[in-house]
Amino acid sequence: MSTGGRTVFTVSELTEKLRALLEERFPIIWVEGEISNFKVYGSGHAYFTLKDANAQMRAVLFRNRARRIRFEPGDGLHVLAMGSVEVYPQRGEYQLVVELLEPRGLGALQLAFDQLKARLAAEGLFDEGRKRPLPRFPRKIGIVTSPSGAAIRDMLRVIGRRFGELHIVLAPCRVQGDGAAEEIAQGIRDLNGLGDVDVIIAGRGGGSLEDLWSFNEEVVARAIVASKVPVISAVGHEVDVTIADFVADLRAPTPSAAAELVVREKQAIVETVADLTHRLRRSMGRRLEHERRRTEALVTRRVLTDPSRPLRDLHRRVDTARTRLGRGIDALVRRVAHRLELATAGLRSASPRARLARDRHRHERLEARLRVELAHALDRGRHRLGVAAGQLDSLSPLAVLARGYSLTRTPDGAVVRDARQVRPGDDVTVLLQVGQLDCRVITTREPQSE
Amino acid sequence: MSDLKFEDCLARLEQIVAALESGNLPLEESLKVFEEGVTLARHCGRYLEDAERRIEVLAKDETGALSTRPFAAPTDEEP
Repeated sequence: MSTGGRTVFTVSELTEKLRALLEERFPIIWVEGEISNFKVYGSGHAYFTLKDANAQMRAVLFRNRARRIRFEPGDGLHVLAMGSVEVYPQRGEYQLVVELLEPRGLGALQLAFDQLKARLAAEGLFDEGRKRPLPRFPRKIGIVTSPSGAAIRDMLRVIGRRFGELHIVLAPCRVQGDGAAEEIAQGIRDLNGLGDVDVIIAGRGGGSLEDLWSFNEEVVARAIVASKVPVISAVGHEVDVTIADFVADLRAPTPSAAAELVVREKQAIVETVADLTHRLRRSMGRRLEHERRRTEALVTRRVLTDPSRPLRDLHRRVDTARTRLGRGIDALVRRVAHRLELATAGLRSASPRARLARDRHRHERLEARLRVELAHALDRGRHRLGVAAGQLDSLSPLAVLARGYSLTRTPDGAVVRDARQVRPGDDVTVLLQVGQLDCRVITTREPQSE
Repeated sequence: MSDLKFEDCLARLEQIVAALESGNLPLEESLKVFEEGVTLARHCGRYLEDAERRIEVLAKDETGALSTRPFAAPTDEEP
């Protein structure tokens, strides 16, 4: 449409021209940037933004493309994205439709490996504690590998050479390419399903990192972890390390080495049984030989050829014994008597009876002393009494009367000592040594002078 | 004596040999355990000899049921 020399587009026309321009100009390109706002929708498509310091653009990773990407894209990851620019006219937007993502720096596989390894390690699946010991005597060995590969050929050759008589069950699977990992996992599950497999070897021969990749897939790791039967991983060569190696109960550097690990025990046990059988017979043989010689020695002894000899010997032994016994008993008696004495003395000094005796003795002594003291005291008392009585006698008026004196008393009992105490006519009583006289005073005579 | 007991058999046999070699057992006891040892050794030997080489490959039918059939190993074209 042209208006006054101006060229005017409708929005649709312009958008269509831009779309054609962009899509023709950038059919397949590589873009470098950092992922942000990464989000996977229910449809399985992932939408995110690719950005650098100054610009950003929308990008989409459709589900069928996402499946081919082995690492896990996420925010902050620096990537190379391959794809084409598409314009959506309805919204006036353009976006990068991603066909392939590669991590910048590390290879995609290496990053995927590191990511899965870190995740499984965090789950504890690499812990030594959850690894099971191999059976010492495997009867049935399960092998998960390609039926046409070098691995099965190598393993059968080793087993045939070392210990052919083993029961081997092969779970055939592809060991590289799309779907191989799922087949390997299924093989491990199938061998578990048989119920009587003692150990499983899962592996393949050498190849590129891409060839060995199935053994780095999570589905294989999960199948190994879930296996009830111990699993030996045997992938590639010594230098090849896979996720399967980390979760397996034992890592064998190669398939041949795995076969050796399994059958070595079996071989050792054959040798052990042979050795034990040999030692069993030899030790019994020696024992019997020893007993036979002892018997012979006994038979040829004089004890059996000279019957009186042992009797003499016995007599002598009895005599000796008797003497020693007598001496022994004497000594014993002496020792016992001595000890008894010591003990008795000790006992005596410690006995309450001894104390009682001591106390009684003391008591008796005290009593005797008391008795003597008492007698003395009595004597002293008696003596003092005698003296007192004598004194009393000499003081008694009766004693005076006995010497012929008399005692004159007035009727009121007063002793008359002075003639002036009475008057003529007074009654007085005169006390004699024997009896008394009732008298009347006739005259009183007072002393003239002194 | 079942296969499962093989390990026990072997342990008992080891025990008997050690006892006999120590020489501490009375003769009668020695003879008794020796007989037991011979029986155990025979069982162990038979277990090992009876093992046969069998190589099979797992096969699955349409229902997913597992079966085994003999497996012919790939020819060894080693130089």
